[in-house]
Amino acid sequence: MRVELRGITKRFPGVVANEDVNLVVEPGQVHALLGENGAGKSTLMNVLFGLYRQTEGEVLLDGVPTSFSSPADAIDAGIGMVHQHFMLVPVFTVAENVMLGVEPTSAPGVLDRDAARRRVLELSARHGLDVDPDAMVEDLPVGVQQRVEILKALYREADCLILDEPTAVLTPSEIDDMLGIIRRLADEGRSVIFISHKLREVRAIADTITILRRGRVVDTTTPDESDEQELATAMVGRDVQLVVDRSAASPTDVVLQVSDLRVRDERDQLAVADVSFDVRAGEIVAIAGVQGNGQSELVSAIVGLRRPTAGRVELDGADVTGANPARMVELGVAHVPEDRQRDGLISSFPVSDNLVLNLTGRSPYSRGIRMDRRAIRENAERLVQDFDIRTSSIDAAVGTLSGGNQQKVIVGREMSHTERLLVLSQPTRGLDVGSIQYIHHRIVEARDQGLAVLLNSSELDEVLALADRVIVMYRGGVIGEVSGDEATRDSVGMLMAGARA
Amino acid sequence: MTSVTTAPAPRDDVVEDTGARRHALTVAGLCFLAGVAAILLFGLTATSDQVSTLLMNPRGVDTIPDVELPTQIAAFVLGFGAIALGVRALQVVDPKITVFFGGALGLFALALVIWAARDGTGAFYGLIAGSVQRATPIALGAIAGLLCERTGVINIAIEGMMLAAAFGAAITASATGSLWIGLLCGILTGALFGAIHAVISIRYEVDQIVGGTFINIFALGLTSYLTVRVLVEYSHLNQPGTFRPFEIPLLVEIPFLGPLLFSQNVFGFVMFGLVAFLAWALFNTRWGLRVRSVGEHPRAADTVGISVHFIRYRNVILGGMVAGIGGAWFTLGSAGRFDQNMTNGKGFIALAAMIFGRWHPVGALIAALIFGFSEQLNDYLALLDTPIPSEFLLMAPYVVTIVVVAGLVGRPRVPAANGQVYRSGG
Repeated sequence: MRVELRGITKRFPGVVANEDVNLVVEPGQVHALLGENGAGKSTLMNVLFGLYRQTEGEVLLDGVPTSFSSPADAIDAGIGMVHQHFMLVPVFTVAENVMLGVEPTSAPGVLDRDAARRRVLELSARHGLDVDPDAMVEDLPVGVQQRVEILKALYREADCLILDEPTAVLTPSEIDDMLGIIRRLADEGRSVIFISHKLREVRAIADTITILRRGRVVDTTTPDESDEQELATAMVGRDVQLVVDRSAASPTDVVLQVSDLRVRDERDQLAVADVSFDVRAGEIVAIAGVQGNGQSELVSAIVGLRRPTAGRVELDGADVTGANPARMVELGVAHVPEDRQRDGLISSFPVSDNLVLNLTGRSPYSRGIRMDRRAIRENAERLVQDFDIRTSSIDAAVGTLSGGNQQKVIVGREMSHTERLLVLSQPTRGLDVGSIQYIHHRIVEARDQGLAVLLNSSELDEVLALADRVIVMYRGGVIGEVSGDEATRDSVGMLMAGARA
Repeated sequence: MTSVTTAPAPRDDVVEDTGARRHALTVAGLCFLAGVAAILLFGLTATSDQVSTLLMNPRGVDTIPDVELPTQIAAFVLGFGAIALGVRALQVVDPKITVFFGGALGLFALALVIWAARDGTGAFYGLIAGSVQRATPIALGAIAGLLCERTGVINIAIEGMMLAAAFGAAITASATGSLWIGLLCGILTGALFGAIHAVISIRYEVDQIVGGTFINIFALGLTSYLTVRVLVEYSHLNQPGTFRPFEIPLLVEIPFLGPLLFSQNVFGFVMFGLVAFLAWALFNTRWGLRVRSVGEHPRAADTVGISVHFIRYRNVILGGMVAGIGGAWFTLGSAGRFDQNMTNGKGFIALAAMIFGRWHPVGALIAALIFGFSEQLNDYLALLDTPIPSEFLLMAPYVVTIVVVAGLVGRPRVPAANGQVYRSGG
């Protein structure tokens, strides 16, 4: 199916998310939509999928102007979308998820589970997806969940597939498989829209690349006509440096020692199995791994948010296993949490209060039961300056800041009080290239000041750019350790996929 | 390079502190407590020559012989049974508190029932039949609640919906002289209040607890006012009469269970029918699949073209209708008249039953039967000469509610989107 977007503009109150976007996707083609977070890629696709209604412009399918008022219309027209955040019901089986909305029935209203199961098996076999129709979705690894999403679109006989950041949660080898699947789907005559901010993948898979910046199309090109540097420049709007400046580390004494740590998740499953490692002052140790292999639970246990069921955590030689987060802060440990909106900030509080959120119990911010507003303001003004936090005022609610600036608030706060250990989880997730560069620079600086840094990141590029040592986690265990010099996309990627050298 | 795609295996010599041991000890301790209490309170206070007689048939029927038990031995056996359950709880991995402590409590209750009938006759059949009777409105209320909550709308207004429906049913049945029209009006009253709740919580996105509380207060105030102003003066409007029980031929001949299940008024049959139908329909029909998807992940449902709001409206109104049947039970199925605040918290106990039953119709029915039993125990014991103060007996249903909700429920799996407003994009 030939999909054409003509002059699409989408305005939200106060914001223009898309402005006059033109886009043509030919059948049999993979058309990549490249842009930073917030460039308007997802909004544009939600318009095409009928989740949003465009303010201006029209959508043409095979040359016919079409308008969708709901996803149901888009699905009927043959458009399928794989969302960045999977739209799967965790407590349903694969077959139930796939048939939801277009359920086959044996008697009126009565589900025909066998028919759905057969169809899933058949599609799964035909497209090499290898999915068990009776598996419970919540028990499946994310890579398989993604294939379930693709099955959902195929089950509805989609002629146009929209894939929103489909590789974000995959291992390097899974990414290769996924790109192969996408190519085959296109070769069968479907039009595929591939949304990403990862230059390498876009160049590997796309026939045509459209680059969005601040809601507008800034360039349309092909992989042959442009290299990664050119794409990055077009995407960001200025010259960007893709590597981080850093000298060799000079680690000294051990700050964090983790021994045989065992942690269970909410569902009481073993999430971290007997993990041991150490972090020395003056080095950056990265925990690499595909999301969901125990990294989050490991970090929670280290900073005191989750009680390990066995093993020890030592800080400067003292046992701090199971100490609460306040105690860890007192001991000089700082933590930049994975989900900044949920765990790192109170979005309705002003920037100034958020900058002392976990320090309110100590001098100079409080005296007795009274808080010292002046000390808090002075601290805020200093950090806003130091960390280049772009805000209208230190009294503005932190929720009104952009994602990058919110993250700078957290990083600024945590770096302002840490004395021994800095723990960062996904510190640059969802940020623009400028903010990423800035935060990377500050992390290296913290290391050079003699802090021990533990970095938990599922972005392989980030790990390779920053780490002095890389610990790779796979299914709750440490599957290997690589020194920063030897760490490459291949060596770490293999370990992330569970293959031991 | 050799590829090994296995996870690093966890060592098996590690002693983990997962709290599982503590949990097992708690469960076992509670079982011991129930067992020891049964032995001390019932075994040691009875003498070896006392005999308890339990009547096993409804009045006028004589299909199975009544049971005669030596009181003391029965109490000891049941008490030690509870202790044995406690011992077993220490031996299994992750003992379920519902199974073990629930079982121990059941044995304790049975010991109480037998002990109360020492040197006399206890109406055992009456106790069980009465429990089913009293469970009927609770189960209907619980089903009403789960219809709403399975789509993600919290409904704490069951109480108010039942009260309003009880009133509406009584007054129309009295005015028209037809119980069936009364029941229909009860259902419509429930549907109306369901619709109000749906509009408040879905259209206007008011906090669902606040909206539900409003409906409860409104229903109580309105029916009380109308009772005082209208029913007191025109008392012929408060004489609806009650539905008579009828029997299903053949099935009613089954000993004990026959008269228990197949000789009831319309409410009992409707309740059992709804439980059976919903237990099937929630998991085997298109309607059920969509309802559950909306309660678990509304956005996923939306992206495959299911209207989240439509599904929610429909189910909240259906829930209101079922609550309406439950409400009509009070006037047309039981009392034969409307009294102020006659639901008296049953709607909230129904919610407890829904939670205890883990949002499953059969679970809700079992929970409702437990609550019904704890209420009926009052009447049973009142007929026998027991030294237990009647105030304490009146507390029993509420104590059971607290024990069940706080102790036995554990961490149930709530529909993931329960109580969350859904707004589709754009």
